[in-house]
Formats: sequence, C-alpha cells, structure tokens
Amino acid sequence: MEMKEAIFNYCLRYADSSLIIGHRLSEWCGHGPILEEDIAMTNVALDLVGQSRSFYQYAAKVEGKDRTEDDLAYLRDEREYRNTLLTEQPNGDFGQTMMRQFLFDSFQVLFFEKLKESKDEDMSAIAFKSIKESKYHLRHSSQWVIRLGDGTEESHQRIQNSLEDLWRFSDELFEMNEIDEVLIKDGIAVDLSTIKDHWMQNVVDVLAEATLNVPEDTFMATGSREGKHSEHLGYLLAEMQVLPRTYPGAKW
Amino acid sequence: MCNFELLLINEKAKMEDLQKLEEEFQARIDRGEKIEPKDWMPERFRKQLIRMMSQHAHSEIVGMLPEGNWITRAPSLQRKVNLLAKVQDEAGHGLYIYCGAETLGISRDEMIEQLHSGKAKYSSIFNYPTLSWADMGAIGWLVDGAAIVNQTMIAKCAFGPYSRAMIRICKEENFHNKQGYQILWALCKGTPEQKEMAQDSLDRWWWPSIMMLGPTDKDSPNSKDLMNWKIKMQSNDTIRQRFIDRTVPQAEVLGLKIPDPDLKWNEERRSYDFGEIDWEEFFNVINGKGPMNKERLQARRDAEKNGRWVREAANTYYKKRKEQAA
Repeated sequence: MEMKEAIFNYCLRYADSSLIIGHRLSEWCGHGPILEEDIAMTNVALDLVGQSRSFYQYAAKVEGKDRTEDDLAYLRDEREYRNTLLTEQPNGDFGQTMMRQFLFDSFQVLFFEKLKESKDEDMSAIAFKSIKESKYHLRHSSQWVIRLGDGTEESHQRIQNSLEDLWRFSDELFEMNEIDEVLIKDGIAVDLSTIKDHWMQNVVDVLAEATLNVPEDTFMATGSREGKHSEHLGYLLAEMQVLPRTYPGAKW
Repeated sequence: MCNFELLLINEKAKMEDLQKLEEEFQARIDRGEKIEPKDWMPERFRKQLIRMMSQHAHSEIVGMLPEGNWITRAPSLQRKVNLLAKVQDEAGHGLYIYCGAETLGISRDEMIEQLHSGKAKYSSIFNYPTLSWADMGAIGWLVDGAAIVNQTMIAKCAFGPYSRAMIRICKEENFHNKQGYQILWALCKGTPEQKEMAQDSLDRWWWPSIMMLGPTDKDSPNSKDLMNWKIKMQSNDTIRQRFIDRTVPQAEVLGLKIPDPDLKWNEERRSYDFGEIDWEEFFNVINGKGPMNKERLQARRDAEKNGRWVREAANTYYKKRKEQAA
C-alpha cells in the first residue's frame, strides 16, 4: 500500500468514528434529561463533528482528487465507512449513551496524546487541537458513569447493563491492519497496542469508582476496519445523506 | 379602643403604605431606573414578569424541537455544525431566562411543571412543522427576525435581569437571523428545486411569523399594564409593522414572493400595508389546536419522564458524597 493511500484511509477511519458518534449525540438535542445536558451533549457533538472535518479535509487534500469533506461524508456508502462499531450503536437511554461515550473518550484521549507526536505535521496538529476537547469529553462522560453507577439502584442496574451491552465493541478500537503497519514504520500512525493496557487501566479505575463490574463475557465484535458494520449504520447514513443524495450536485 | 378599630387602623395604614410604595415604584420606572430582584415590587408586576419570562424561556426550549428535527439531515458538515450550535444557543437562552425568572421567587421545576400541564404557554410559532431544509432558513430569517424586533425592545425593559439577558440574547439572535437568511440565499441561487423549496417555506412560515408577535392591540389583555411598567415598550401592532417593513425588501433580494396579495408600499405612511391576519388560526394554535401542539408538548414531557431516573441518580450520588464528607 502506498503511503498516500494509507494516510487517506487512516484519516477516514478517525473522521468516520468522530462523525458517527457526534451524529448519534446530536440526536439527543432537545431531548436530554436536563437542560444543562442538552447544552453539554451538543457541545461534545460539535467538537466531534469538528474533529471529523479536520480529518476529512486533510484526507481530501492528501487524496488530491478534488473531493471535499462533504463528498467524503455524504457520498460514501455503508461498506465504505470505517468508523468503529461502538460509535454507531444506538443511543438507548442516557446511561447507554454516556457509557458508549466513556469507552470512546477514554480511547480518544490516549490516541490523540500519541498522535501529537506523529511525524505527519497535519495529523499532529489535529491531535493537538483535539486532545483538549477529548479530555473535557472524558471528564464529562466518566463523571456520569460514576454518578449513575453509584447513584440509585435503578441507575446502577441500567448502566451496568449498558456496560455489558457495549463492552464487546471495545476491543475493536485497538485493531490494526495494513494501513497501520505502513504508517507506524514512518512514525506517522499510533501503535495502538501501546495504549491498550493504559486504556484498560483507566477504564477499570473509573468503573471501580462507579461500583460497576467489568463484564466477564469476553466475546468481542469486529468488522468495521473492513467496512462490515452492524445493521444500525445504514439507517443512520440514509438519514444523514438524504439531501445530497436526492439532489445530486446541489450546493447548500 | 377596641380590637376591631385597631385592626381597621392597621389595615388602613397598610393600604396607605402600599399605595405609597406603588407610587414610588412607578416613579422609579418613569425615571427610567431598572428594578432589581431584591427591590420592592407590586405583586402584579412580579406575576406578569414571571408569566412573560417563563413563557419566553419555554419558547426557547420548545423551539429547539422544530430545528432539532433537521440536525441529523443537515446537507453539509458546515450546515450541521451551524445548526447544532444554533439549537445549543436556544438551550442557553432558555437556561439564562429561567435563571432570571428564578430571581422572582419561582423555581425552574415549577415553571417546567406549568409548561407540561399546559398552564404556561410558549410561542405559537413552534407548533408548526419543519417540512424541508429550507425551513431552517425560514426560521432563522423570519422567526428569529420577528423575535429580534420584539427582544430589542425588551432589552430596554425595566426589570434588570430580563433586560440584561436580552442584550446578550439579541446578539446571538442577530447571528441566527443572518445564518437563516444565508441558508435561503444559497437555495435561491441554487437549482430550480432548491428555489422552489425556499418559496414553499416562505409560503408556510410568513403568516405564522406575522402572528407570533401577538394579538392585535385591542385583543392584547396584558399590554396596558406591561407598558405602564415598561416591561413592554411598544405595542404588538407597532412591532409587527416594523418587522414587515424590514423583511419585505429582504424577500425581494432573495427573489421570493411574500404570500400576501394585499401587501403594498404605502408612500404616505412610509410603510407596507398588508392583508388581513387570520386570527382564528392564531387563537386555535395558542389554545392547543395547531398542527404540532400535541407532539411538541409530548416531546418535552417524554424528555422529562425519561430523564427522571438520571436526575434522581445524580441527586442520590451527591447526597451520598455529602454524607461521606460529613
């Protein structure tokens, strides 16, 4: 695989993940459990869509085929999307959303911390900007995991169930393939195996404070690196892409 | 002196005190002073302000729903973040005004309860559905445009917290207004289908936007008091005329046609004459019989209900931490 192609695909992977989970969060807008959370979740969604735009714009530049960020976001199909399965899972209740966010944010913080050191200047710059945001996101989501875990009996049970449900998507965050191999050699990509233990330690610490149990079931889902998604993504994209698909070539 | 006489004298003294207080209060307002939460104020003034401010805050919150309806379908990433940020602003405005109203001695929970029970109202405009992307433009341009004309006036009102909230909110609303206009601008310069989308949207939102500025002066029961107290500075009809006058030329620039055959420039008045408003529709929508009243209120009630366990958990968590610290 050529370097250019590898960088392009690497950027798409992280752009897609941020866009899809940001989109999911934006579905909450106006329906949150408390007004302050409507504001906070929208903030996080805005940051995430912003991160995805940085990656898309850079991917488009690297590709050099005159595609725009919108072409990449709105005119690729389910099988071409590379977001991790975790990010496309439905919102469920507020606890489910926060647990999904917590597992994701925990990854993002460590990932960007390493990506800052990338030899690719653009990616390093994106990481510099994003790390500040992701640290705030993690503070927000982990505090909710703790509050709900150590709140009432009902909230404890609900969020424990969410953890059991979402845990199987955690391993995939660290999966690597040929793209990573090519880029790690040149000091561009993050060797995800180096942050996995750290991620686990951080997650386990928060779960312990939240009085939650790490799931015993170790079955792990996989597939997104090859564009094999859960059935949820197709609907999300159908909704998101409806206007550009219905009116090809129109400017908005 | 018997007890009864003493009681009467006391009562009379109280009445005189009250009258004096009210006169001083009105004099302060007439001098253009701001009334602050801890200042003495007539109960009716307090009540009217609570009614007005909570209605305003509810409108911001319910107003998140029609636009929220298009966040997941925004046609470009730039439009998506713009819309998200805009709806987030509305939430911020709601929060800000709820806090302002709380200084008058009512809690946010009580106000929300009044919204959900139907006792408190919100702006009629949000009971119309958003049926196309162009509606995101029309809401920013027309609905926020109408709101700005109204709120610029409230920014000068006599109650300090409300006035200050409006100064800040108006800045953001002006931005939303331009954003909405720019959405329509892009559509009007786009394909024939896009332009049609914009025209259809104007056709549907024009009259409701005209109506949202409130009943005509003779049917506006609260106006007289509000104007005496400088909570409201100008009548609904005056504001409506100003809104129409500034909006019609903007429609012309877009190349869109305002759906009012009677609309025409009146050289003598230096203002636009306009057609008859269907007040029956307005009062129907206000009284729960608009296209989306049921859905809007249900969405708010559902959010409240579905979030209850979350709020309870947060409260319990803080109680536990407090006990631990003690």
